[in-house]
Amino acid sequence: MTIHQISVFVQNQTGSVITVLNVLKEAGIQIIASTIADTQEYGIYRIICSEPSRALNVLKQAGLSVQMMDVFAVELDNRPGCAAEALKVLADAGVSLNYLYSFLLGGKGILIFRTNDTEKARELMCLNRLSFLSEDKLNQLN
Amino acid sequence: MDNSSKYLHPEFETLSREGIEKLQLERLQATVRHCMNSPFYKKRFEEIGLKPEDIKTLDDVRKIPFTTKQDLRDTYPFGIASVPLRDCVRLHSSSGTTGNPTVILHTQKDLDAWADAVARCLWMVGLRPEDVFQNSSGYGMFTGGLGFQYGAERLGMLTVPAAAGNTLRQIKFIKDFGTTAVHAIPSYVTHMHDVMVEQGVEPRRDTKLRTLIIGAEPHSEEQRRRIEEMMGVKAYNSFGMSEMCGPGVGFECQEQNGLHFWEDYYIVEIVDPQTLEPVPDGEVGELVLTTLNREAMPLLRYRTRDLTRILGRTCPCGRNHVRIDRMRGRSDDMIVLRGVNIFPIQIEKILMQFPELSSNYLITLSTDRDNDNMTVEVEIADLFTDDFARLQELNVKVTAALKAEILLKPRVKLVPKGSLPVSEGKAVRVVDNRKVYQ
Repeated sequence: MTIHQISVFVQNQTGSVITVLNVLKEAGIQIIASTIADTQEYGIYRIICSEPSRALNVLKQAGLSVQMMDVFAVELDNRPGCAAEALKVLADAGVSLNYLYSFLLGGKGILIFRTNDTEKARELMCLNRLSFLSEDKLNQLN
Repeated sequence: MDNSSKYLHPEFETLSREGIEKLQLERLQATVRHCMNSPFYKKRFEEIGLKPEDIKTLDDVRKIPFTTKQDLRDTYPFGIASVPLRDCVRLHSSSGTTGNPTVILHTQKDLDAWADAVARCLWMVGLRPEDVFQNSSGYGMFTGGLGFQYGAERLGMLTVPAAAGNTLRQIKFIKDFGTTAVHAIPSYVTHMHDVMVEQGVEPRRDTKLRTLIIGAEPHSEEQRRRIEEMMGVKAYNSFGMSEMCGPGVGFECQEQNGLHFWEDYYIVEIVDPQTLEPVPDGEVGELVLTTLNREAMPLLRYRTRDLTRILGRTCPCGRNHVRIDRMRGRSDDMIVLRGVNIFPIQIEKILMQFPELSSNYLITLSTDRDNDNMTVEVEIADLFTDDFARLQELNVKVTAALKAEILLKPRVKLVPKGSLPVSEGKAVRVVDNRKVYQ
């Protein structure tokens, strides 16, 4: 139901993303999706990649402030309205999103997000039989 | 008191250099004899076999070992005193956030001498009993409060203990009471002016202000001129330190060309902070002061850690008391910001309490629209969350903890691991970009 995401704390300055990308490149790690959220002073660079545990290690060794997080990865049909249906389940039960991003993979829409109540979200998504992207599947597709 | 007299204490203020030095030697000898009542000084003199009789000339002051802030801490609270506690009537103390606080004791005679010194300074810049003096400085343990209060009263002025803060009320007092003179730290004067502008108060038109006393915070000549221009006043620089009573140690005369240090109260030395040898007049070194008329707690060759230089020993104002340049920095790592003394170790101590943070930090001091500010950048350790709200929460907590410690609110910036400069050996912890030191 959840997959591993790598979160890197980066400074709001030229070149800080390249530092992260170079470390992953040298380790031969493939990025599947990534997004940056920023404040005035710093940003968090969130990455879905192949071999997340190894990615965590190499980034740590490079001296970066990094963490591996569990994020939900819902798989949707690639048609209008699917994301709204899936998220309505959470909203109706009062679960809110901390962040969300999405991408297309193998003809399917993938919705990555974290909520303010992981356990409740997990329960709701089981009850509503949403389909999830597993890490194995992610690696196969890759 | 004769209002038209230029001097409040002409018998001391107009002494010739010879007269000053003769008086200093008498007072130094008396002080050293008196110090033998202090357990601390008695022991120290015995250790090096120095006797009060050995002080025969003014230069013999150099035979006396230096006294440091650490000595004050080690003898906390009353170990340096030269009189029994029952003879003391007042105590001032530092906050003691970096170890034992430093305590200074005063007898009634000390308080009288202190008030006289402050009154002499205020008279020197032209204040007279007709003036209304508003003291917008912190009271309590901060000596700028009571020090100016007693000095201004001694001079005979109507004295308003407005204390720091509540700017709207300060402005109302200035208008309603016809305040002619204010004592405040320079950045507060700038703030007060901002509020006046907001309130539509034009100092030249709506107030009787003509004199400002500014001090307790480093400021440049340029800042002083700007303050004079915006408020339509003359602004005079004041130097004091709690170890030397407080305000009244050094003060500018109307020439505004250096601070006269009262040599009937203090022996002034400027030494090389490394070799501790005297430096020639005009060269920057550390200011060392010996008290000459203190009863409860004389201090001999006290290392102030302030860096400055001697500008001259004569002055067109007729006072031959040594003129000292504005302070140019510190020989230790103490930061003076908006009148508050801060050691980087205090900041480090707080940052270390947060496991989310690494031990690498950088303090930057900057001047922003005449206000001095502190930014504390600190590296976060491994990212403990990827939630902005929780990072922001951490930022707020760190800011609050720092404010509780240093009494000022710094701007806290979380930065990634490895992004702060680490210099060879000793890390650079403080970058001072304030205008005053440029």
